Parts: sequence; C-alpha cells; structure tokens
Amino acid sequence: MDTFALTIAAILMAGAPLVLATLGETLTEKAGIVNLSLDGSILLAAMAAFACSATFDSPWLGMLAGAAVGAAIAGVLGVIGIYLGQSQLAVGFILTLLSRDLAYFLGHNFSRQPGPDLGLWTIPGAGDVPFVGLIFGSQSPVVYMSLGAIAFCWWWMFRTEGGMRLRAVGESPRAAFGRGIRVRLVRLYYCLAGGALVGLAGGAYSLAVKPGWGRPQGCEGAGWIALAIVIFGGWHPVRTALGAFFFAALQVSGIHLQEIFPSIPAPVFQVAPFPMMILTLLAVNMGRMGWIQDIVRRYPVLKSLSKGWSIEAPAALGQDFNPKKGL
Amino acid sequence: MNRESLLIQTGWLALALLLALALTVIVALPSGAPPLKTIYVLFQGGLSSWSKVGRVLAGWVPLTLCSVGLLIPFTARLWNIGVEGQVIMGAIFCTAALRPFDDGGSAWVIALALAASVAGGALWALLAGLLRVFGRVHEIFSGLGLNFVALGVTLWLIFGPWKRPGVASMSGTQPLDISLWLPRLGNMSVSWVGLALAVAALILVYILLHRTKWGLKLRAVGENPKAATLFSLGPRRRLLQAFMLCGGLAGLAGATQVLGVYHRLLPNISSGYGYTALLVSMMASFRLSLVPFICLFFAILNVGSIQLPLQLGLDSSLSGVIQGIMVLSLFIVQGLRLWLKQRKETD
Repeated sequence: MDTFALTIAAILMAGAPLVLATLGETLTEKAGIVNLSLDGSILLAAMAAFACSATFDSPWLGMLAGAAVGAAIAGVLGVIGIYLGQSQLAVGFILTLLSRDLAYFLGHNFSRQPGPDLGLWTIPGAGDVPFVGLIFGSQSPVVYMSLGAIAFCWWWMFRTEGGMRLRAVGESPRAAFGRGIRVRLVRLYYCLAGGALVGLAGGAYSLAVKPGWGRPQGCEGAGWIALAIVIFGGWHPVRTALGAFFFAALQVSGIHLQEIFPSIPAPVFQVAPFPMMILTLLAVNMGRMGWIQDIVRRYPVLKSLSKGWSIEAPAALGQDFNPKKGL
Repeated sequence: MNRESLLIQTGWLALALLLALALTVIVALPSGAPPLKTIYVLFQGGLSSWSKVGRVLAGWVPLTLCSVGLLIPFTARLWNIGVEGQVIMGAIFCTAALRPFDDGGSAWVIALALAASVAGGALWALLAGLLRVFGRVHEIFSGLGLNFVALGVTLWLIFGPWKRPGVASMSGTQPLDISLWLPRLGNMSVSWVGLALAVAALILVYILLHRTKWGLKLRAVGENPKAATLFSLGPRRRLLQAFMLCGGLAGLAGATQVLGVYHRLLPNISSGYGYTALLVSMMASFRLSLVPFICLFFAILNVGSIQLPLQLGLDSSLSGVIQGIMVLSLFIVQGLRLWLKQRKETD
C-alpha cells in the first residue's frame, strides 16, 4: 500500500510539468493557434528559470522568469502567425530549434552550477493521515500548481464568458467577429497565456522535477509529447491532464522496467515514450479511419462507444483570420 | 522578372539579413560575446585553411542531400520532419551492410552499403508515410516520434549487439577498415564521391520535379488533394513515393557520414543535419536553385562555431541560433511585405 501511494506521488510529480505544458497548449489551440514551439520553449524557460533563481537566489522569481520567457516566445509566434499571416507550423518549428540552441548558448555559464530549487511543501498534520498523507504530506509546490491549473482551466473554458469567447474564436472566427469580438487580439492573448503556462512547465523541470541546468537538461522531447497529449486529450483540459498523468506513469514505470530488463541499455528507455506517442495518436484517430467507420455503421452498439472516444479539433485550428477580408 | 522587381527583392532580402544581424547581436549580448570578433571567429574558423574548407564541404554534402530531398514531399505540401531519423536509419543500414566485411572490401562493397542506406532511409520514411496516409497521424508527430525511435535503435545497437569488443561507449562501434572509407579529395576531409552524390541529387530532383509528369502530378496532389483523387492521380501512392524518395536521399546522407566522416556508427551520427535541412529548405522558400548556397553558408557556420568555445569561451550552439534567427527574420520580412500590400489594397 505504501509503495502504491509513493508511486502515485511520483507520478503526480513527474506529470506536473507535462500538465502545465499541455494545459497551456490546450488554451492556445482552443483559440485556433497551433504553437509548435513547445519543446524549445520549455527548454529555454527551464534555463531562464534556473539562471534567474541562481542569480537572485529566489526560485519563485525563477518561475516568473520562466513564465515570461514562455510568453515572449509565444508572443513572437502570435505576432508573426496572426498579424503577419505566416505559417504557424513553420514559425513554430523554427522557434523550437532556435529556442533550444539559444538555451544551450545562453545557459553555457550556468551549466552544472549549484542553485536553489522549489523544495517541498509540508502540510502540518497531513503526514499522519494514512495513504493520502504519503501522497500530499510532503509534496512539491509544482504539483499543487498543476492541480490548481487543471481546475482553473476547466472553470475558465466552460463556466465563464471569457471561455465562451475563447471557444468562439477557435471554432468559428467569422461568427465571433460578427458578434463584435476582436478575434486576432483574443487569439494573441491566449497565445501569450498558453505560452506563460508552457514557461512555468520549463521552470517546473529545472527547479523541481529535474533540478539544475546542463546539456542535456533531461526535459528534451517533453514538448513534443505534450503536443501529442493535447490531441489525445481532445482539447479538453481534464482529459488532457489525465493523458499527461498517463504518460508520467509510463515514465515512472520505465524506471522499474529498467530494473526488470538490465540487459537493455539505459538510454533506450529515454526514447520509449515516443513510440507510445505514435501508438496513442493512432488509437485516437482510429474512429476516423474508413474501414473502422464501416464496422461501426454495421453495429449500432459501437456507435455510442465511439462517440465517447472520437474527438474533434477546434474547427478553425491553424487557419488565418483576416477581418479586412469581410464576413 | 523585370529589373525593378529584382532590385526590390534584393532590398527586402538585405533588410531580412540586417534584421537577422541585429537580432543575433541582441540575443548574444547577455553572454558577453563581442559581436565583431564573434563573426570574425565564425568565418575564420570555417574558411581560413584548406582543411577547414574540406570540413565545410563534408558538412555541405549531407545537408544538401537532405535539403534537396525535402523539396519532394513539400511539393505535395507534406512536412517530412522525420529526415533526421531517416539519416540515422541510413547510417544504421549502411553499417549493417558493412559488418560482414570487417577485413576490408572493394568498391562494390561500398556501393552495396550506399544502396542499403538508401533502402533504410526510404523504409523509415515509408513508415511515417503509412502512418499519415492510413493511420491519420499527422506527419509532424509520426516523423518526430520516429526520429527518437531511430536514435533509440542506434543507442541499443552501440551499447548492445554491435558494441566494441570489451567496451561499449558513446564513441560508437568498431571503426571500419580503411579500404571501406570513401576516397578523399586530395588532402581534404571530404570525399569526391559524396560531392558527386550531392550534385547528382540536385540535378535529379530538378529533373524529377520540373521536367517530368510525375512531378507535375505530385504538385497537383499538393494543390488540391480532393481533385487529385477524382482525376485518379493516385494521391496516396504518390505521397508515399515522395516520402520514400526524400527518405532515400536522407539515408544516403547518413551513409556519407558513416563512410566518409566518422567511419563508424555513433549516437550523434546525423549531427542534426535533418533539422538544419528543414531550416535550409524554409530559408530557400523551397526553391531548388537557392538550396546549395544556403547549405554552404550554414555549413561554414557549423564548422566555424567549433572555434567559439576554444577562442571565446562561448557555446558552439551559436551557429544554430544564427541559422534560426535568419530563417525567422525572413519570415518576419515576408510577413511585413504582405501586411504592407494588404494595407495598400484597402486604402
């Protein structure tokens, strides 16, 4: 029982940055913008967060710096993609490579240096509660941050007027524009907000989950997995977060697998999440394949099942909107 | 194209380069890099001697092979982000073909290895293509995922079945017999075989895309997939072929790395050329005529950046930063042009 609780605690910890990054990308994509720069953003934000917290000896200032860097990169993508009408995919990909190299270049002097981290929050008395105490009695602040972010994103998207506007600009920008919503500006805001969350994910890596900075830091590739989890989660914050924890569980179990299969060299397990990513995307897209649709049509029982499984992207995802071209 | 528009185009290009220079200086300042000296070290480190020019050309070969290959799927509006993995797979297949010949072999063995590398790259690209065409997995994710899988396979081989007798380390497999190295061009570290392959690829892809029916139909598939299905152009088959051709060229790039540069399989065998090639083809706006020159410039930056840690104590990733900023600046300037044009039209 204790090992089970400790495993859950480890999964919550490993999943926290993934949750933050996927929620950020969900916000951005719900507004119709694809931010492909996640992988580089996380790395550059991780570097900035560590460098800032080491210089000023304040990890929370570091988290703030990480969020600022994430928002800044998303802002570059937003301005070029939304206002200058360039391909979001191309710009996002360039920004990924650019931020990654920038992180290694600027972080050169902070490599393998000691620096503060966020540490653990201990809730007085909680440690005495069986089971739950082991999970939450002494846990990293980024875990609480990620759990809070899930609740906030869900509430904002489905229970507020702002969330309605967000979904409107992503689903049908023309209709939203007709209703007097400034589509491009709203999209830019969510680009920035999503980027800030991605930046926090970077900070969560270098200040809590894998404290420190170096080459490699250990969070390389996390951004690509996060992008795939957003599709897996069907652009829904709660399902997305569950997907993130699912992947974190795979990572945690990977460490155990290494003990079971000592003949397989350790580096191989680092790439294990990527075939998983492809397989999950394949599974999620199954409902839209022709031959599977034929089977579903024949057996009506499967139809209700496939409804829960199939997902739809925001209708205007990745499409330009130019108010000057009229309604 | 009339003279004035050529002048204006050059002007915009100059603006993009100026913007790139300014942005590079701005981001490099926090690390205390002296701008002029850094640029001097970069170019001097890439061009100051014949042996350095040889190394630049040795980098130009795989970069050109990958960049030229990328133009084929892009003609059908497909993003082959998996080039990196296809380079690695090419290198793995090349090494696999050479393993029975560890005592040495003739030119036929090298030809066999080159063919194997093309097959390896094409196979890996086909996998991404199948996932895209039949599994509806976006080619960005399938390609990228397969890049990491290819890296995993390399690591497994180097530390597992193909490890050097005694020690397994990041320095790779047992070096190839010298008779299996690609012949060098004079004293330079580049092979004339590699150069010939890259130039041949340039010519072949030009003919394929601009002088054959196949290229025309591929373009039609990219412009309008639905119409292409109706006119029975066989879009699925054509997309898979485009992926495989690109993968084959990328695999060949992997072989030039194994046979011509490192003479063994090591984890960093692709040197990131797959990702750099994506930047090159975007910078060239997917125009074949610009590709070899941009590849040359990027190769000079890559070789020159090796001097940065030695002479200035800076990280060598500055070359990647400059390459990224240049492509980004081009996109910004293109966007500004579009924006100005639209403003003119509405006035």
